[in-house]
Formats: sequence, C-alpha cells, structure tokens
Amino acid sequence: MAKREKKGELSSEAYVRSNFMKIGRGANAVLTIVMILLAATIILPLLLVVIISFSSSLSIAHRGYTFFPEQWTLMGYQYLFKSGEQVARSYLITIFYTVTGTVMALAVMSMFAFVLSQKQLRGRMFLTFFMYLTMLIHGGLVARYLIYTQVYHIDNTIWVFLLPGLVGGYNVFILRTFINTTIPDSLFEAAKIDGANDFTVYLRIVMPLFKAGLATIGLFNVVSRWNDWFTGFMYVENPVLIPLQTMLIKIQKNVDFIMSNSEMSMSPDGLELIKNLPKQSMQMAIFVVSTLPILCAYPFFQKYFISGLTIGSVKG
Amino acid sequence: MKSLKKEFQQNYVLYLMALPSIALLIAFNYVPMFGQLLAFKAFDVTKGIIKSPWNGINNFKYLFTTTDAWIMTRNTVLYNIVFILLNRFLSIALAIALNELRSKRATKIFQTIFIMPHFLSIAIIAIIVFAFLGTSNGFVNVVRRYFGGKNINWYYNVKFWPGFLVFVNAWRGVGYAAVVYMASISGISMEFYEAAMLDGASKMQQIRYITIPHLKAITTILLIMAVGRIFNGDFGLFYTVPQDTGQLYPVTQVIDTYVYRALMTLNDIGRSSAATFYQSLVGFLLVMASNAFVRRVDPENSLF
Repeated sequence: MAKREKKGELSSEAYVRSNFMKIGRGANAVLTIVMILLAATIILPLLLVVIISFSSSLSIAHRGYTFFPEQWTLMGYQYLFKSGEQVARSYLITIFYTVTGTVMALAVMSMFAFVLSQKQLRGRMFLTFFMYLTMLIHGGLVARYLIYTQVYHIDNTIWVFLLPGLVGGYNVFILRTFINTTIPDSLFEAAKIDGANDFTVYLRIVMPLFKAGLATIGLFNVVSRWNDWFTGFMYVENPVLIPLQTMLIKIQKNVDFIMSNSEMSMSPDGLELIKNLPKQSMQMAIFVVSTLPILCAYPFFQKYFISGLTIGSVKG
Repeated sequence: MKSLKKEFQQNYVLYLMALPSIALLIAFNYVPMFGQLLAFKAFDVTKGIIKSPWNGINNFKYLFTTTDAWIMTRNTVLYNIVFILLNRFLSIALAIALNELRSKRATKIFQTIFIMPHFLSIAIIAIIVFAFLGTSNGFVNVVRRYFGGKNINWYYNVKFWPGFLVFVNAWRGVGYAAVVYMASISGISMEFYEAAMLDGASKMQQIRYITIPHLKAITTILLIMAVGRIFNGDFGLFYTVPQDTGQLYPVTQVIDTYVYRALMTLNDIGRSSAATFYQSLVGFLLVMASNAFVRRVDPENSLF
C-alpha cells in the first residue's frame, strides 16, 4: 500500500487499472511510435528557434534557418546582454505585473469564492448570477477601450495590467467548487459557535486547507499574465511599462524591416553589417530567454494545473 | 424589509468580503457592458460616451452595407466550426490513446510535452511559424531550395492560410484539451471495465461502450461553451500569426481583428462598436440557444 502511494500523481484506482488491463504489446508499440512523432512536432519547432538563436549571422545568410547551422555562436546572447536594456526592463515589469496581479487576484477571488460557498447567505444566488452574467455577456473591445482611456484614464499606467480581469468568473467558480468539495460545512459551523467571525473563518480555516486550490488558480493566473501581450499592445505606449510579450510582438515587426533590408543589400558592406549585428539570432535569443522561465516552471506545477482542470470541468 | 436588515446584520462580514469583487465587476465588466450601447450612438470625442447623440441603427447599416461584415462573419464561424470539430476529435483520441499506454510513466512524459504549447504566448508561436515560413530564411523554403525547388511567398498567398491556421490552432490546443478529457477518463469507476472484461469485451469495445459514453457530460459542457464563443475569433492567432499581412485579410479577417483595425487604424468607432455589439449579441443568443437545446435533449448535461 505504501508503495502504491509513492506512485504520486496516479490515483490508486488508475494504478490498479493499469496493472490488470493493458493493451497488447504490439498495439502499445504502434501507439508509442505515434506519440513520439507527435511529440516531435511539438519539440522540433521549439528546438529550431533555440538553434537559430545560436546560429551566426553568416550562417543564416548562407543557409537560412536550419537545424544544422554552419557556425555556432553566442553572439545573439552576448549582444542581448550588452544592449538589452529594454529586454531587462520589460522582464522586470512583467515579473511585477505577474506577481502583483496574481496575489491581488487570489486575495480578491478567494474571498469572493468563500462568500459564494456560504449556504446560509441569502444574497448567494444573486451574487452567483451577478458573477455568471459577466461570463455570458462581454463588454466588447470598443466600449472597453474608450472607457479605460477616456473615463478611467488607466491607459499608460500599471493599473491597466492589474485591475481589469482581476475577478474571472471561471476562476471564482473553480475556487468555490474547491471549497465546497474539500471543506465540510460542519467545520465552519463549529468555528462560528466558538465565536469566530466569517473573516476569521476564511483566514484561519479556509486558507490553510485551500493551498491546492490557490496554487491551481495562481498558476492559471501566472501563465495568462506572463503571456498577456494584448493589454500592452492596446493600452501602453510608454516603453517603461511595456511587458515582455508585447515587446516580442513589436520586435517581430522590426525583424521584417531588418530582413527586407538585408536581402536587398547583399553587397560586401551589407554582409559586413549583418555579420556585426546578429539581429536575427538576437531576436530568437530574446524569445528563448522570455519563454524559458514558464517552460521550466511548468512541470513542477503540472499537478496543480491538472487538478484545476479536473475540478473546473465539474459542473459548477 | 426587517429580515433584510437582519440578514445584513448577521452576514455583513461576508458582504464586505464580496465588496472588492463586486466593485471590480461593476467597473470592468458591467460598465463596459452598458458601454456597448455606444453602437447606437454617433460618437463624438469632444462630447464623450454619454453625451454623444443617438443615431439609431445607422452604425449597423454602415457595417452591413460593406462586404467586410460578410467576410469576417464567414471566416469567424467557419474557422471556429473546424476548430471545434477537429480539436475535439483529436483531443479525445489523444486522451484515450495516452490513457491506454502500458507505461504510466510514458503517459506522464507525453502529457507534459503535449501540454507545453499551451504555455507559449502567441508571440512565440508567431515567430515559430515565421521561422518555418519566412520567405528567404524560413525552414520550409530552405528545404525546398535544398531539393532544387523555388521559394514560395507563404505570407502572400491566401490559399495556404486556412490550412496553416487550423494546424497552428490544433498544435496549440489539442494537448491541453486532451488533459481535460484524461482527467475525466480517470474518474470512470473501475467496476465498469471489470464487468466488461468478465463479459469478454475487447479493448476497442470497452473504449466504445464505456470510455466514450462517459466523456459525454464534459464534452457537452465544453461544446456549449465553444458554441457560445463561435462568434469570437482568437485575435492573437488571426492577427499575429499571419504577421498582420494585408494580402491575407480575405482569409484571416475575423470579427475581432476587424474591430481592432476599424478602431485603431481607421478610428471608425461607429462600425467597430456596431461589430462588437453584433458579436456579443449573437454570442449570447447562441449560448442560450445551445443550452436550451441540450436541456431538452439531455437535461443532465445542460450548463444551467
């Protein structure tokens, strides 16, 4: 039994099942080969970007983007660390948006989810509907844009990254389901008989039992905030506030420009220029550097992520 | 009235705890929702949203007299239908296949790989696509040249893009959706399979008569949600992946990109607000309709 527990992610039921009803070895081999091919379609494109980031400009000029460059170089990364002020700035501000936004979202949403889980509350149905309606009807880009820029004046401020979308219906409902399914009502009642008020119950009883739920929603938030490029694209001009992903979009437009120039100027001077400024490998290096954290962090959080998906798929 | 007061006295702490969420929802969801009424106004920057004069359905008339309205509606709906059907089929197949692998360790490793694209931002996906399709350096043209072929200007040819976009969307979304289905499969009680084995059911029969029927609930819910969003094009996918190339608009323009372009590049508030209103209204009606339909056919699986 103890051994089975150590299997970790697998539920004991799945473990038992796996033991006595497997598909045949031949079918398994075919299936495994198909899976390996599919996995290759995911990994090879990422690998190509990584390899381009290590390819010398000359090699790119000769062979184009390939998995086998003539010449490997660290120039892209060196250039990036020497002149990458904007990258560093965007990096820091993105970390700030991600961490602050996620902490704020968790605080606000977990309180709301706790409120929605309290069955004695008469306004519960109304509040649930109030939340639900925002999932059915959306504000639309135009109204949002005009209201944010002309009424709230939050464009070109950090607030446009932190406040809108802080309370997401889907997330709140997952959190509520977590509370309803993992914490028995009797626990709340006992605490209240002892004289604790609702906020104390939330802080002292719900929060400690709630780590898995918070980790899941926290992870959803971190990923979507880290990858959010649209907010910066839409509402921000000030380079200090531009997050990483918006910067990546802007850089891509720039790459086109650089490349159309380099194609035209295949003169010795042009070649010299390309040799000295490893623009393409540098762009790819920026992409690698900005994606790495989330790809490295993900496998460690996978467990919470999947449990969130499972609960989210239960009818609320 | 008295009981309302009593309710508030008893639960005021709870109401206070809900207050931040309520305030945020009002400010950033409800106010923009009412802001949609802008579609019925002749917006004037100097007068602001509230004081701008009403102009009936003129904005909608302007919108629907152009061919844009038809093109973006057609693109949005057709792409979404293909996305829904194809991704659903592929992700259920992938979930079942992953679940049947003999080694649970392999299942876990593949699952980790397949879900990876979900964590890539659209900027990264766009650059990956560009690394393959760029005209002079892109990998596909590099390979074509190697075998003596000629460069193809992928970004200037509309006929390739429906296929590319469907592929990119599947590449990005299937693994993630498969994990959702796998979670649902792991919830199926063992007893069903044991009974089926005793009755001599083959693996394929077990999948067909036990696994797939059990996925019906989650599939229905996801389907209702997807149908409700059938009027929403994925802005990132349709705008950044084709690198905002004008030549490709006939096959990449969806309602969301139209709204963005009309708003930001043409400054045409009238048409863009009419287009978002049209999008929200149809989306809302579709959710209601599909839910009503499911409730009639299969009440247990309706969303509300």
